[in-house]
Amino acid sequence: MAVLVDEHTRLAVAGMTGREGSFHTLNNRRYGTNVVGGVTPGKGGQDLEGIPVFDTWAQAAQQVQPNTAMIFVPPAFAADSILEAAAAGVALVVAITEGIPAQDELRVYNVLRRRYPGTRLIGPNCPGVLSPGKANVGIIPAAFFKQGNVGVVSRSGTLTYQIGNEIAQAGFGCSSIVGIGGDPVPGSSFVDVLELFQADGQTELMVMAGEIGGSAEEEAAEHIAAHMSKPVVAYIAGFTAPPGKQMGHAGAIISGTSGTAAAKAQALEEKGVRVGRTPAEVAHIAVEVLGGSAIAAP
Amino acid sequence: MDLLEYQGKQLFARHGLKVSSGEAVTTVEQAVRAAQRIGYPVVLKAQVLVGGRGKAGGVKLAGGEAQVREHAGNILGMDIRGHVVHRLWIERASDIASEYYAAVLLDRSAKQPLVMFSSEGGVDIEQIAQSHPEKLVREHVDPLAGLSREQAARIAVAGGVDSDVVDGVADALVSLYEVWTAEDATLAEINPLIVTPEREVRALDAKVSLDGNALFRHPENRALADRENEDKIERRAAEEGLQYVKLDGDIGILGNGAGLVMSTLDVVAQAGGSPANFLDAGGGSDAKKVAQAVELILANDAVKAVLFNIFGGITRVDEVARGLIAAFGQIKPSVPFVVRLDGTNDVEGRKLLAEADLPNVYTARTMDEAAKMVVALASGRPVGAAA
Repeated sequence: MAVLVDEHTRLAVAGMTGREGSFHTLNNRRYGTNVVGGVTPGKGGQDLEGIPVFDTWAQAAQQVQPNTAMIFVPPAFAADSILEAAAAGVALVVAITEGIPAQDELRVYNVLRRRYPGTRLIGPNCPGVLSPGKANVGIIPAAFFKQGNVGVVSRSGTLTYQIGNEIAQAGFGCSSIVGIGGDPVPGSSFVDVLELFQADGQTELMVMAGEIGGSAEEEAAEHIAAHMSKPVVAYIAGFTAPPGKQMGHAGAIISGTSGTAAAKAQALEEKGVRVGRTPAEVAHIAVEVLGGSAIAAP
Repeated sequence: MDLLEYQGKQLFARHGLKVSSGEAVTTVEQAVRAAQRIGYPVVLKAQVLVGGRGKAGGVKLAGGEAQVREHAGNILGMDIRGHVVHRLWIERASDIASEYYAAVLLDRSAKQPLVMFSSEGGVDIEQIAQSHPEKLVREHVDPLAGLSREQAARIAVAGGVDSDVVDGVADALVSLYEVWTAEDATLAEINPLIVTPEREVRALDAKVSLDGNALFRHPENRALADRENEDKIERRAAEEGLQYVKLDGDIGILGNGAGLVMSTLDVVAQAGGSPANFLDAGGGSDAKKVAQAVELILANDAVKAVLFNIFGGITRVDEVARGLIAAFGQIKPSVPFVVRLDGTNDVEGRKLLAEADLPNVYTARTMDEAAKMVVALASGRPVGAAA
């Protein structure tokens, strides 16, 4: 078990023929991910080291039946590519692209909900999903993570690697690492991914790494208290961020007095979720909670 | 990207929202001539991206030339909560029969646009929400269908507007929603939206924020950034494609990845230090990018020590080390650096750094250790041996 991606993943990549797209696609394949195709309009019939390229998602769906799409196209074209993949029946879309306009994300979110409820979107502006030992879809450096019983969900890439590394050094492995992205309208929220981990047999504890802006962490706190039996350890970045300033991620901005790190940490702690004050402390708490039940890499 | 009032009003006018005609000026003489063209009485309004302009004396009524001279002279150059007034907006004074509040924004939680409307215009919206929540109408809009005139009229009625101006207010709301969508705004706010004694509905103020990620669709809006009050280092960083935010402290920070940099600021603060900036180098690791980043950090005179916190994922740590060594060849920093390199090729990176034996550069293994070291160095306390 694991969530979202595993040995059954059949991946096709939009933007596979670009510089970044080809680099990471081949990286994912080297890890063992089954990459079945790519989509680049105008380049149908070509291939990337044997991976066939199609002009459209519909053609890719018909020819190679991908169940997972990865989006690497530039921001101006990303929304349409996501929706095209959904229209072709792809069940999971992982959008790596950074810099998509918020209103495009808003449109994508609402169209998916109404017209393509069978498609789940992770991202955009995210590092992707890694299920150690099974499949890697995205740009997460797999070397830091081994198989285990900790599920990680995060709004930030590098911070996830930092926390994952601390957990690995403490002797723990991960079921899956899910980057939901740092944008204002992500396709999937903490709650969506925590639900998946709750239902996953391999996952025994979850680490969620949030940051300033929006209210996804507060909503996760409510959800954890009401619906989850497995322990969750949280981290929130941005205690020192000033209001009104965007801290790198488009979604990381304190608006007025809402979206502060302190409010998020408080909301989580009020619901009994332990919040580590540093990435290292998150790993310590996770180790403490799991005690002797750490699953070493096979 | 936040717009000044007069820029917001330009966007409003573009989409059929009524605003008073006026002129933006930068000198007293220009103000006098503009007032003559507009006709008295006029209102002079400081153009700064900060609330509370009226209370600070940045909004004044003038009945004649002498008053325009006096007020323009006072307001131009005035410092309103750290924002220096370089520009005035002068418009014909409006008679006000009633004032409302109207806004369209993105409700991140509901993943829908939200229209907010209140009969308590002219007051801070967070105040209205606290003191008169029943007077704040909040209604979501289906983003795929847009705001219909019917829904806009319902909002106006729910907000308690006089029946003879329901149509006018509804039109204004539809236009405001159009500003929000067509210009890729994240916020479009009018406070107050007024009704004149002649029963005309007009935007007396404008607060608009545009989505920086959507500027490729609106090249004409790129020029609207408030360059005059923008921090010089932040502007330079933006030109170089680096994410830099100036803060008040004395410890310069560089990291890779927005989340890790935010986390680094927090860990430094927990160690008793005060960060001078947020700087995300992203995947940039070549010597040129690192040198640019170092120069940006040191352009802030307050910086007494610098922390480099790199966790290599896709970015290779040895490349960052090479970049840092090359950067030190170009610039000779006068403040100590603490460098924490971890992740992909970290052993190689740390070895390179040790061999280069850079003056006044210390290495740390963990984030917590690095934070403690840099805080000590910034306050002039010694730490362990240099790298």
